Amino acid sequence: MDYNTKFTPHTWPDHPEQATMEGKNKIVGFWIFLACEVVLFASLFATYLALKNKGPAGMEFSTEKLFELPLAFAMTMLLLTSSLTSVYAIYHMRNFNFKGMQTWLGITVLLGFGFLALEIYEFYHYTHLGFTFTQSAFATSFYSLVGTHGFHVTLGLGWILALMIRNANRGLNLYNAPKFFVAALYWHFIDVVWVFIFTVVYLMGVIG
Amino acid sequence: MSSYTQKKSFGAIVWDYITTVDHKKLAIMYLLAGTLFFAIAGFEALLMRIQLMKPNNDFVSAGFFNELLTMHGTTMLFLAATPLLFAFMNMLVPLQIGARDVAFPFLNSLGFWLFFLGAVFLHLSFFMGGAPDAGWTSYASLSLYSPGHGIDFYVLGLQISGAGTLISGINFIVTIITMRAPGMTFMRMPLFTWTAMISSALILFAFPPLTIGLLMMLFDRMFGGNFFDHTMGGNTVIWEHLFWIFGHPEVYILVLPAFGLFSEIIPTFSRKRLFGYSSMVFATILIGFLGFMVWAHHMFTTGLGPTANAIFAVATMAIGVPTGMKVFNWILTIWGGSIKVTTPMLYALGFIPSFVAGGVTGVMQAAAPLDYQLHDSYFIVAHFHYVIVGGIVTALFGSAHFYWPIFFNRMLNETLGKITFWVFFIGFHLTFFIQHFLGLMGMPRRVFTYMEGQGWDNFNLISTIGALMMGVGVILLVINCLLSIKGEPAGRDPWGDGRTLEWSIPQPIPFYNFRQTPLVRGLDTWWIEKQEGNTEVTFAEPVGDVHMPNNSAIPVVISLGMFIAAFGALYNPDADKPWSIYILIIGLAITFGAMLTRSLKDDHGFHLHKEDILEIEEHLYGKGGNK
Amino acid sequence: MMKGLKKWRLFSLLAVMMVFLSGCGEDYLSTLKPSGEVGKQQLNLLLMTTIIMTIVVVVVSVIYLLAFVKYRRSKVGENVIPKQVEGSHTLEVIWTVIPIILLLIISVPVVITTYKFADVAAMDEVDAEGNKTALTVNVTAKLYWWEFEYPNQGIITAQELVVPTGEKVYFNLKAADVKHSFWIPAVGGKMDTNVENLNKFYLEFDKESKDLKDGVFYGKCAELCGPSHALMDFKVKALSPEAFDAWVASMKATEGQVADKNAVDLGEKTFANNCLSCHAVSGVGGPGVGPNLTAFGDRNRVAGFLEHNEENLKAWIKNPAEFKPGNLMMKQDGSEPIYGQLTDEEIDALATYIMSLSVEK
Repeated sequence: MDYNTKFTPHTWPDHPEQATMEGKNKIVGFWIFLACEVVLFASLFATYLALKNKGPAGMEFSTEKLFELPLAFAMTMLLLTSSLTSVYAIYHMRNFNFKGMQTWLGITVLLGFGFLALEIYEFYHYTHLGFTFTQSAFATSFYSLVGTHGFHVTLGLGWILALMIRNANRGLNLYNAPKFFVAALYWHFIDVVWVFIFTVVYLMGVIG
Repeated sequence: MSSYTQKKSFGAIVWDYITTVDHKKLAIMYLLAGTLFFAIAGFEALLMRIQLMKPNNDFVSAGFFNELLTMHGTTMLFLAATPLLFAFMNMLVPLQIGARDVAFPFLNSLGFWLFFLGAVFLHLSFFMGGAPDAGWTSYASLSLYSPGHGIDFYVLGLQISGAGTLISGINFIVTIITMRAPGMTFMRMPLFTWTAMISSALILFAFPPLTIGLLMMLFDRMFGGNFFDHTMGGNTVIWEHLFWIFGHPEVYILVLPAFGLFSEIIPTFSRKRLFGYSSMVFATILIGFLGFMVWAHHMFTTGLGPTANAIFAVATMAIGVPTGMKVFNWILTIWGGSIKVTTPMLYALGFIPSFVAGGVTGVMQAAAPLDYQLHDSYFIVAHFHYVIVGGIVTALFGSAHFYWPIFFNRMLNETLGKITFWVFFIGFHLTFFIQHFLGLMGMPRRVFTYMEGQGWDNFNLISTIGALMMGVGVILLVINCLLSIKGEPAGRDPWGDGRTLEWSIPQPIPFYNFRQTPLVRGLDTWWIEKQEGNTEVTFAEPVGDVHMPNNSAIPVVISLGMFIAAFGALYNPDADKPWSIYILIIGLAITFGAMLTRSLKDDHGFHLHKEDILEIEEHLYGKGGNK
Repeated sequence: MMKGLKKWRLFSLLAVMMVFLSGCGEDYLSTLKPSGEVGKQQLNLLLMTTIIMTIVVVVVSVIYLLAFVKYRRSKVGENVIPKQVEGSHTLEVIWTVIPIILLLIISVPVVITTYKFADVAAMDEVDAEGNKTALTVNVTAKLYWWEFEYPNQGIITAQELVVPTGEKVYFNLKAADVKHSFWIPAVGGKMDTNVENLNKFYLEFDKESKDLKDGVFYGKCAELCGPSHALMDFKVKALSPEAFDAWVASMKATEGQVADKNAVDLGEKTFANNCLSCHAVSGVGGPGVGPNLTAFGDRNRVAGFLEHNEENLKAWIKNPAEFKPGNLMMKQDGSEPIYGQLTDEEIDALATYIMSLSVEK
């Protein structure tokens, strides 16, 4: 099928993201890329666990004293909800409802920014306490793990925004459908990583 | 005359290569870049061997020797062996599976430019205050201690070129999964394509730990991080783990495609189907899988405790089993065949005993308590050179002869090729066989000199003579390559016994590879067609329009941005260079800007019409000829 | 082609000859001539694996050469198309099972010895009076020298490890700056000295070292640690238990020994003013910034690798960086030694003084 074909909701395929060869390739490739991202984060998690609470002699910071579950829980809720809204967006994409998709993507982005704002506040708060990046091995590994995730969130937000703006005036076609789909996939992945961060860093840090 | 058949100016050709997304042109670029870095790293090895020729030599200084050994190892593995294998993977995988290009031509180009500029960045260290000097393993305590910017070049250069490798790896996997021609089932794929896929899968899982390790080193050295500073709670053993979780699979990343190349050469010149194809595939997968379970055998003396050492010892030995399966299958392929000893076959025949010798010393080192003696001695140097030179370099040299007609439509000179083989092969055994004994006689590796009276003098001299012979062999090979420019066109299937799809394509190969997508009728499909008396493979489609990707300069710009940003990061810790942070920001801005351009600007590729194809083919092969 | 083959055979023959001609290395350095139980067991493992692996190589080579000789195209005929055999399940099973059996045979002694070599429980054993029964040495690797502390005896030395024969000697290994690796090839395998944790292992010395060429075993640093990694040698003196006890006693007797700033001897005075802050001259005490020099006169080498004479010592004092690049006796900018430039007269006297420091003479 050609990219420039104009569609109506009736002619629009059930799985527009896989209707072209390029789309199929993109999705397979992206899943494989995500597999590599899993290993990337696994390495960061392993390092964090090895260096958790390790610092110069007499370090006053520890996970129990530092982390606050309510804040982390709020962040988790924001990101989980944004994952759900991105599912709605893809649902509308499959039904050729461009407006619906843009709206839900917009909500997703807003929730993502909310998460990012909380994370920036959190980091700001910690550095204010003296828990800076260079303070200890614990601090370095914490900021690297959570910061890498935050960096992924930022990239994801930029990506979705760029897609929304670029396609605002031309609607859906088979060229951009896989792009939206893959961006949503990325957003889910970021969400899953955060669930692990919430569990391993915050829950196990405060309770375990 | 359409634009496709016009003669181009030199500048246009260069621009075409810089912006190309054609897997064949990228393969040639990988080949050239890989050869360049192979020559540099080989030269470094010669300098080291000359230094060690006699005791107490002062040919190079201690510090420079450490730079040489670091750059030799790093360059050979990351910047010579990897790109050279990528050259073959790029050239052959699409042709072997009947595809017109890889799944992501744009990413293919990006992968190359990231690799190349990362490699150039790393090598600039020689001219900008000293190369890295902590070994290719760059163990954390020494690399944090190392003054100057050498290690920073290592970290940033490998980070950039590693990203390129990763991107290419993903590309190959997707290509092989989605781009196979009709009838090309997984169990009909040529073994080289199989090994390319497994090797890419290893890249996929092995490179992220390296990326993270390098990122940590980058934070520690340039941004005040504390991952490896034990006074701040850090731990250097983390680096060892991350490095070897990457480093051990890396060996298989390189050796599996080498196995694949031999699995193409041996059946071709034995005129016989690869013996035990399915068990070869199984062994490849098993080696890839086990390759991730054994990294700690590089750390037997680190002090992980007896349980870890025992487990990793036994796991390591287990790799010997699938590797042995492969060796026996190769031999049984020869058995009952009709062996023609061409240069590539000669390399394959030389490979089998050399590699087995390297493999068995590997099993010896897997025996942990014995490894306490062998580790970090010249024994290990001998072992891994037997595996890498005996396995990978012979594969690369043999395949250069074998696939030269696919790359350039020319043959390499057979006589010169055989002379090259013998010079190189004898030199190789002379250099490294003796090093086993140096290690057993107590010589540690990575020493810039040694005192007299330790019983090592003669063996070191012999080793140096062997190394010089290897150098001569490489020069002969390069001469052979250059001579081929003047050679006659080789034509289609020049060896006469080609078995797989790449040999079925008329030469020179048009940029769209296949006028019509072939229909694959079994393993070794071209052989099947030939046996049935056909002069052409069966096609799966009539001649029609072909969709091809556009060239793009964006990959070069993205990579250049990273290259510039790396200088910013490099000079970030220097108090007297406050501008460094701006360089970093400018570089990253270029990269992200280029990525954004790529996202926002639609690139639909173009359609090559039936008439264009017919015109190109007439131009290439003459009227009506070579159908 | 055949000529080439002949040449190859000739060369490999030559290589094998060379190996036999030069024997198995030197008995103070070679892993092939071990003088300790650990090294001997490692040699046994080496021999066992070598034999099994040689069989593998020979079997593979024979089948391979046979195939190669029998099925040359010149013999088979130019136009023969061989039968396209798919494979053989029986053969696959055979060459899977046989290697597995061979590897199982190897792995049994491997696992047993792995645990055995790691057994350092005896380090904590005490006798009725609460004294540790085993001899323990704390090894600290530093750029580019070795410090040996005997915690139970309360003594410390450097560069030359002194051990008794006939008993297990336990080691606590640690690095002070970057990672090194502690290796005495002729006695047993190595272990790394990490910066962040203690590694423990043991070695046994069967043979007194006095009959060796230099009267010592050679020790090496086996992990790349900087420019002078190649020169980070140490020596090991293995003494009879009685001689070892006597050595310990004479080391203990140096307690409190210092160089006097107001000494008449210029050497001692220079030492006191320029060296004493880093180099102790008493065998009783804690770790130093530089190597402990109490027993310097008894040593076998200057700086671990230079011949033991006053000329080398003087040259070393004048410019240590010339011999061990990157060593820490130099000022940060590398312009001169930390103690500045001494006069020739001072250096002469200093060398004589340092050479006179001895506990054995």
